Amino acid sequence: MQHQVKTRPHVGLFVTCLVDLFRPSVGFAAVKLMEDAGCSVDVPAAQTCCGQPAYNSGDRDDTREIAKATIAAFEEFDYVVAPSGSCASMLKKHYPALFTGDAVWESRAGEFSKKVHELVSFLADELRIQGVDAKLSATATYHDSCSGLRELGIRDQPRKLLQSVEGLKIAEMEEADVCCGFGGTFCVKYSDISNAIVTKKTSNIEVAGADMLLAGDLGCLMNMAGKLQREGSAIEVRHVAEVLAGMTDQPPVGGKL
Amino acid sequence: MQITSPSFKKNSVQALSDAQLQKALGNVRAGFIDKRTKAVDALPEFDALRDNGKAIKDHTLAHLDLYLEAYEEQVKKAGGHVHWAQTAEDARNIILDLCKTRGVKTVTKGKSMISEEIALNDALEEAGVRPVETDLGEYIIQLRGEHPSHIIAPAVHLNKEQIEADFRRVHTHLPADRKLVEHEKLLTEARAVLRAEYFKADLGITGANFLVAETGSSIIVTNEGNGDLTQILPRVHVVIASIEKVVPTLEDAAQILRLLARSATGQEMSVYTTVSTGGRRESDPDGPDEYHVVLLDNGRSSMLGTEFQEMLRCIRCGACMNHCPVYHAVGGHAYGWVYPGPMGAVLTPSLIGVDKGGHLPNASTFCGRCESVCPMRIPLPKMMRHWREREFERGLNPAVARYGLKSWAFFARRPRLYRFFASFGIPALSMLGGAKRRFSWLPFAGGWTKYRELPAPEGRTFMQQWAQREALKQEVSS
Repeated sequence: MQHQVKTRPHVGLFVTCLVDLFRPSVGFAAVKLMEDAGCSVDVPAAQTCCGQPAYNSGDRDDTREIAKATIAAFEEFDYVVAPSGSCASMLKKHYPALFTGDAVWESRAGEFSKKVHELVSFLADELRIQGVDAKLSATATYHDSCSGLRELGIRDQPRKLLQSVEGLKIAEMEEADVCCGFGGTFCVKYSDISNAIVTKKTSNIEVAGADMLLAGDLGCLMNMAGKLQREGSAIEVRHVAEVLAGMTDQPPVGGKL
Repeated sequence: MQITSPSFKKNSVQALSDAQLQKALGNVRAGFIDKRTKAVDALPEFDALRDNGKAIKDHTLAHLDLYLEAYEEQVKKAGGHVHWAQTAEDARNIILDLCKTRGVKTVTKGKSMISEEIALNDALEEAGVRPVETDLGEYIIQLRGEHPSHIIAPAVHLNKEQIEADFRRVHTHLPADRKLVEHEKLLTEARAVLRAEYFKADLGITGANFLVAETGSSIIVTNEGNGDLTQILPRVHVVIASIEKVVPTLEDAAQILRLLARSATGQEMSVYTTVSTGGRRESDPDGPDEYHVVLLDNGRSSMLGTEFQEMLRCIRCGACMNHCPVYHAVGGHAYGWVYPGPMGAVLTPSLIGVDKGGHLPNASTFCGRCESVCPMRIPLPKMMRHWREREFERGLNPAVARYGLKSWAFFARRPRLYRFFASFGIPALSMLGGAKRRFSWLPFAGGWTKYRELPAPEGRTFMQQWAQREALKQEVSS
């Protein structure tokens, strides 16, 4: 028994601030998916946010401090997994760049970086699971969030796993790989432009003829859900992890109880 | 030209409500993106060529002084003249002086963004010299008194009907009842009008896609052949180019040419690729008597050795703006100066100062599509972020944003305090969301709720629920 426990990959879940505050069910779906795949999952209490709001606003000092705290909190794990391409990429690709030339932190950030994965690609590429044990009678369309797609190469993994959900049909939208206009603080700093971009996105979503929109990043999902609801659309919006984990009993993002 | 980059927000609101512009921007996908994708897919070695192109430019930039001097020497050997211009004003004065001493009345011009950068047309007109743009797009916007909205398709913001109306307004010597509906008719009419101008011109100005150090040649690519007529027919040919256009050899230029047209228009090659080395030689049947090159720095040398050096690899293909969701939404004029889109968002603050161009690198979602199509692999989002860092260091961003960020960071750096406040605030916010589970309006969230609903938090935070689950587990196991 002791031996078995040791060979289970020990995963630290980086919850992400949006999932922590707005949609905890995504975090529990992530835990379930990884536990089902044979991992033991822990959630270090010393985590807040990956630091992107500071990083993308040019505040490198605060970003470094947040990064150091995050790295220190997750060093004991075999893997660090986040249910977001954007936050995972921040941890994996951008943390090391913050400490270039730093005698201590460059190597610590480098070691940390190797262990970081986005949830769905972790399941598909690292744990090599072929499918999930979930059912859902729906037609979904999938939006490729930018950082996950272009910085981490996440495109086929979610589609492959979604195909294994019993009863689920995928209806691809036009320009699934084009930004939804969220962009973190961009969507409030340049709300008029953001609105133009998300309006194009929701029109592509509507045309796809799906009754559900899925993606791997809660920021993008909240943006698209908020726009769809303002437009009076009945399309349900969910994080891909909820569907893969078969945990769709919670109301959708921004949906009624 | 007047710089309106500081009012980017106002410009973009205007652009978003401009129906003609929005209609024209709708053509970008079919006109550029789909064609590029097809061309790139048909060339298996495209990514390897990108690596090559990047290496050529990196090498050249590392030895830029050396290659520029070698280039100058070769131009002189071919009988040409090289003029070094540190600033836009220097460049204008050199060209004005050439016009004055050569008695120039009319100047024909091939497409050149450097000419826009130094506001050459205004300077020529003030000096009593008539500039005539010969690139169709440039010709159209010159008729309208506008500036390019795109670096390779200057009139991309216009629709056919608008152009037809301009031609009818200006070409009054032609029959009023002529048909001008198809693109070809517009093109043919412009060509006929311009043909006469080529022969009137005393001096022709072209830009350069490449300057070749090995041979002292300048290379331009066009699809209309207007560049050839502009540089061959007048007495004097002036090439105006910025210093980073130099490459070591013709072979290097040939390598990068394979990337340029594919990235820009989805063509394998542009229709015309024209190499000029010096003026007319005795054995040549035609060509200009004089050949001059004006080499413009205008702030570029100060980008060398900084985090913005990689921007100098840019070959001006326009792929970044063609693939940019922000450019698609607002078009090029909103950016407020010469260079729009992602390349403009990096270059503009370098050339006019981040105090004036600061909006541009901020108005990006960092979606990264620009970098993914850039033939020179320029890390555009990374450099936009560097501009944000410079702004932040200099305290140039708005105080509200700054203090908001700083107070958020105060908590983000203190997990226990962060968790303490979240454990009260988030459940309270969740309750406020009511049965609708979302907000149509919320104080301090106007930027969000102006256009979208804000989903309410589900209830207690993940960390609260997780702590409870762990505590339960402990209890069960003990």
